[in-house]
Amino acid sequence: MGRSGPDDGATLVSVLDVDWAERWMHTAAADVAAARDDLTELDRLIGDGDHGVNLDRGLRAVAERLGDPAIAPRETVGQVLRLAATTLMSTVGGAAGPLYGTALLRASKVTDRAVLDASGVVALLDAALEGIVARGKAASGEKTMVDAWQPAAEAAERVAGTTDDVGDTWRAAADAAEAGARATIPWVATKGRASYLGERSAGTEDPGARSTAIVLAAAVRALQGPGA
Amino acid sequence: MSVGLVLVSHSARLADGVAELAGQMAPDVVVRCAAGDLDGGLGTSLDRVQEALAAALESADAVVVLADLGSAVLTVESAFELDADLPSRSRLVSAPFVEGAVAAAVTAQQGADLEAVAEAAERAVRSIGPDPVWQVVEADTAATGDSPAIAATRAAGEAVPAPGPPASGAVDEVSATVTVRNPLGLHARPAAVVARAVADLGAPVTVNGADATSVLQLMSLGTVAGDVVTVTSRGQQAQAAVAVVVGLVEGGFGEA
Repeated sequence: MGRSGPDDGATLVSVLDVDWAERWMHTAAADVAAARDDLTELDRLIGDGDHGVNLDRGLRAVAERLGDPAIAPRETVGQVLRLAATTLMSTVGGAAGPLYGTALLRASKVTDRAVLDASGVVALLDAALEGIVARGKAASGEKTMVDAWQPAAEAAERVAGTTDDVGDTWRAAADAAEAGARATIPWVATKGRASYLGERSAGTEDPGARSTAIVLAAAVRALQGPGA
Repeated sequence: MSVGLVLVSHSARLADGVAELAGQMAPDVVVRCAAGDLDGGLGTSLDRVQEALAAALESADAVVVLADLGSAVLTVESAFELDADLPSRSRLVSAPFVEGAVAAAVTAQQGADLEAVAEAAERAVRSIGPDPVWQVVEADTAATGDSPAIAATRAAGEAVPAPGPPASGAVDEVSATVTVRNPLGLHARPAAVVARAVADLGAPVTVNGADATSVLQLMSLGTVAGDVVTVTSRGQQAQAAVAVVVGLVEGGFGEA
């Protein structure tokens, strides 16, 4: 493989370039694969039990296509995200495909450059959130992946207002997504498949919010290099 | 104007079955399925949706898209987002998958435009359930003498305006009764035959109050052999229209 994957050198990298974007996707694929059974169990409890398997299949396909020398090289972060978006839409099979796909597709439209700064991170997360909300027609507090994406976008915006550090901005976003996902545990779902369960959905973390926390944490891990 | 259908389902067998049903009632309408994930399992895939849309739009001027579950809807919306030209020639409708597809297909068979085919699919939801709205309206009309519009308002629990003079007199109305001959009555295929004939005539016809251009309304009558139905029409073509429908029912649709 010509481009760096998650197994390349362990140096601290603080540049949000094309290599970072590709590492993000590879790291997300590895982390979702590791969490696949946990995600599936969450979804089995309050959904139709396919979230882990579906997202794993989709991100595997993304990693494969990123490593395929026959596919044109990416020159901007947006091109990486667009390839990931269309691949997820084609291969995930469940609602996570169009939701993550639309998030990354909208994000790709505002990241069409070689390197992102902190305001670029904010733009990426805002666009992704907008895509999720538009496609899923969910608002915050309904026990969906919006409850991880929205605090992430808000945290990034807050931090980017005080620093130019892309690492700090991403870390704030990932931490907020993690907290947002955990906050969904006691809630009753009113959107998506989990809403069919009503009160019985309380006590289980929303699988989409959990996978969002994993995917956004992967962006930080990709920034710092492996093992960080 | 030719309008085709694209059926987006998690299950290839489900989509194929609905396509078969729609095809029997609307043999000339282009119907394409986008069903299952890329490996043939349950799910939906952007690629399959894009292929089906492209294939349908090759043969039809416009396409009505029906989806079976939430994530199928999301996949169609994603396809629309990726290709800005698609929404001008295709419409994703909010309709029950089976009834919506049948209603859309029969309406498309009659040569209706995109707007009308989409509306037929979305109105099909009213035909589901033991008490379709139009039946409630009929019953209320009979009981209270209200016009159907007022009865519908009453059924919806809203304020009813003070009754004015009757909107239309029964002067030009023509009615006839006819006995159903075939064992299964106005089931899907005969209902489609009647609906197509009435649509071609261009006159308003009802059968026991059901709109005779609507396959679903005709099917909802639940007629069987021996039932006597009343065929009613209005306007200059009324006599001829009633005669055609009576003739079809009397003929037993080749099943008697």
